[in-house]
Amino acid sequence: MQNKTALKDITLFVGFAAVVLCLPIILEPIGANYPDLLQKIAIFGIFAIGFNILFGLTGYLSFGHAAFIGVGSYMTLWSFKLLTMNVVPAILFSVILAGLFAYLIGYVSLRRSGIYFSILTLAFAQMCYSLAYSVLTPITNGETGLQTRAIRTNPETSLLDADLRIIDQAFGVLENGVPTTNFFGMAMSGYTGFYFCAVLLIICFFIAQRLTRSNFGMMLKAIKSNQNRLNYTGIHTRPYLIAAFVISGMYAGLAGSLMAATDPIAGAERMQWTASGEVVLMTILGGVGTLVGPVLGAGLIKYAEQKVSSWNEGILESFFSFLPETLQHLMTNIGSLFVGEGWHTTLGLMFMIIVIFLPGGIMEGIQRITNIFRRKSNKDAKGASAPQPAE
Amino acid sequence: MSERKDITRRRVIKSGAAAAAAAGATPYFFTRAFADGHGYMNAPKGDTVTFGFNVPQTGAYADEGADELRAYEMAVEHINAGGGGMLDTFSSKALKGGVNGKTVKFVTGDTQTKSDAARASAKRMIENDGAIMITGGSSSGVAIAVQGLCQEAGVIFMSGLTHSNDTTGKDKRANGFRHFFNTEMTGAALGPVLNNNYGKDRKVYHLTADYTWGYSQEGSMIKYTQPYGWETVAAVKTPVGAGDFSQFITPVLSSGADTLVLNHYGKDMVNSLTQAVQFGLRDKQVNGKDFTIVVPLYSRLMAQGAGANVKGIFGSTNWHWSLQDEGSKAFVKAFGTKYGFPPSQAAHTTYCQALLYADACQRAGTFKPSEVGAALEGFKFDGLGNGPTEYRAEDHQCFKDVLVVKGKENPTSKFDVLEVVEVTPRAKVEYAPSLLGGELGPYNNG
Repeated sequence: MQNKTALKDITLFVGFAAVVLCLPIILEPIGANYPDLLQKIAIFGIFAIGFNILFGLTGYLSFGHAAFIGVGSYMTLWSFKLLTMNVVPAILFSVILAGLFAYLIGYVSLRRSGIYFSILTLAFAQMCYSLAYSVLTPITNGETGLQTRAIRTNPETSLLDADLRIIDQAFGVLENGVPTTNFFGMAMSGYTGFYFCAVLLIICFFIAQRLTRSNFGMMLKAIKSNQNRLNYTGIHTRPYLIAAFVISGMYAGLAGSLMAATDPIAGAERMQWTASGEVVLMTILGGVGTLVGPVLGAGLIKYAEQKVSSWNEGILESFFSFLPETLQHLMTNIGSLFVGEGWHTTLGLMFMIIVIFLPGGIMEGIQRITNIFRRKSNKDAKGASAPQPAE
Repeated sequence: MSERKDITRRRVIKSGAAAAAAAGATPYFFTRAFADGHGYMNAPKGDTVTFGFNVPQTGAYADEGADELRAYEMAVEHINAGGGGMLDTFSSKALKGGVNGKTVKFVTGDTQTKSDAARASAKRMIENDGAIMITGGSSSGVAIAVQGLCQEAGVIFMSGLTHSNDTTGKDKRANGFRHFFNTEMTGAALGPVLNNNYGKDRKVYHLTADYTWGYSQEGSMIKYTQPYGWETVAAVKTPVGAGDFSQFITPVLSSGADTLVLNHYGKDMVNSLTQAVQFGLRDKQVNGKDFTIVVPLYSRLMAQGAGANVKGIFGSTNWHWSLQDEGSKAFVKAFGTKYGFPPSQAAHTTYCQALLYADACQRAGTFKPSEVGAALEGFKFDGLGNGPTEYRAEDHQCFKDVLVVKGKENPTSKFDVLEVVEVTPRAKVEYAPSLLGGELGPYNNG
């Protein structure tokens, strides 16, 4: 039995890794094969996996995870500005700082559970957002956002408008204009950027998988099923919760850091509550508590956001061109409500349908379909040959 | 034994195939983007070339965005036809149908007036749709973010409605070009007119949109009204898209100020001005003077939105449809015939940008950013509604006359809401390129 789950896990992991690495080929037919979207899918996949460690395993719904995204992004930008354009220190610092932030917020918020916990995290995230906009403008550059710049020539220029990059300067890296972010010389834009994020996504998936199967993961699931019972048996659940919160905060920090690494700008809007809400949607859409579901949800929402929002009436018209003309116009008019600016409507409808009919998200849908096939093949197998004796 | 072997083989083949596919795909995709051999990003293949129109379709600046898109669609029609609208009055006659023998196509994106969203949609257009140039936008924060992206990606950015000094000042980039004017020019043009109409020594209260354009506008207004003894009582930042400004307007009443400067744009300006008028600010007398309101950057769309509240209020604008030169008349006629109402200044500047870019490509004989840029630098032209204009080489900023306008007291139609008070000549609003700092850096061809 133990071996069987282990084998299943390995198959799942290998399959996941293969699919992620082949995404450019898989997504080609639906016109989603371009670096920016692929990067976003991988990055939000990491974010959603991390969010699922908290929400899926412990059942604690955080509405403030965007704060860690923001922390990660700003930290990364500052590492680019002060130290080096290499992404490694940036990512390390971001993950650590996001972890610290998560510890602070978690320490306070986890004193409560249920709706009170959600509201507390939401309040903290909105506070971070407002701070980034107003008081912390010297660090965050407010609404304009933090960007990388050329090396400072005049010591009186503000660090927001000019960079130091001490490490790069010490190594004598020549810069022509504003440099690009890199991983030991590999540019972080384009497909290299995607493969970098994809490898991290696979590593994150692996960690999440190990975590779910570990004793620690079992404890988190126990908290979800009945926290009181655990308390009565004398188990102190808070350290487990804080650990889960910090881990998922670090995942979010990594995601924020990668966002800034693939596209070196950090703005406060990333920390807005809508961004926190988005990851909740991704997780629920894909399937709460499953490993692959959140990544599926992330991919689906990013695809809708970037592609469905760009379809206009012209594209619809050519799509329906096989229909007679009057019908074509009718379909175009109906369809245009759901694409372009209306992509939110599409997403909302999809969300409602899934929550009502498939509470377990897309993963439940996939499960049901495979079950149908399995039953069928089982029947066939029964008819064909005698059942094997039990081992 | 044989069964076990079977399973292993299958699994080996399976995982081997997956690894091979991944390994095979990787170098292919690393090199694909740059393998087209023309030596620059998105070099057009076949007989079409794609422009990317990145405009706000949702949010506080959505009205401007919709008008920009209309203008772009018309500009593409005119470029492909080789005539129509201002293309007929444009001083350069290089365009004769299409650009460099190619038909212009376009793709669109929604900036949502957010830097992240704007960069994402610009990236989609560059990476997925093969856009050779990105243009549009109705916010300086977004324009600066997208300009930085285009510089990194190696395509030309022809900014739309962006009024902050920083776009062609401290944040200027070699691949970025701006036709619209900036707050420095607004201040230089508006200062003397305000002094002539409202007199010296006034106490000013600023409400400022909390982003780069707001700061830039506030700074320029203070700089150019100070010589007349105008004194700043307070300068308060307001969030973009706030909707309700009453909490910011109430303190103005008790501040002792006699002038309110609204450094707002789009729906924000419509809301803040309407509320300021509703609060009775304009009927008050402070320090023995009539209370006045100034809106430094005007557009007809906003004036229309604010209705009767704009009557008698001064501001500046890049262009207005009531201008009587040949270019403006041709543009208004073409736009009016197609859409049934006159174009806004946002439509005008984006139309000009599309035309100027196409014309520069035609004159350069290529779409390569560095050569197109060279064709635009120092380019002098006329017939696009602003009189003689020059794309200054040092900062990629257009220099031309600035219009000072006033809300019309007796509008004859719902579009006739602004009247031109003064046309400030280019010489009076021009400044040294070094004044605003920043560096263009080198061109990036991707």
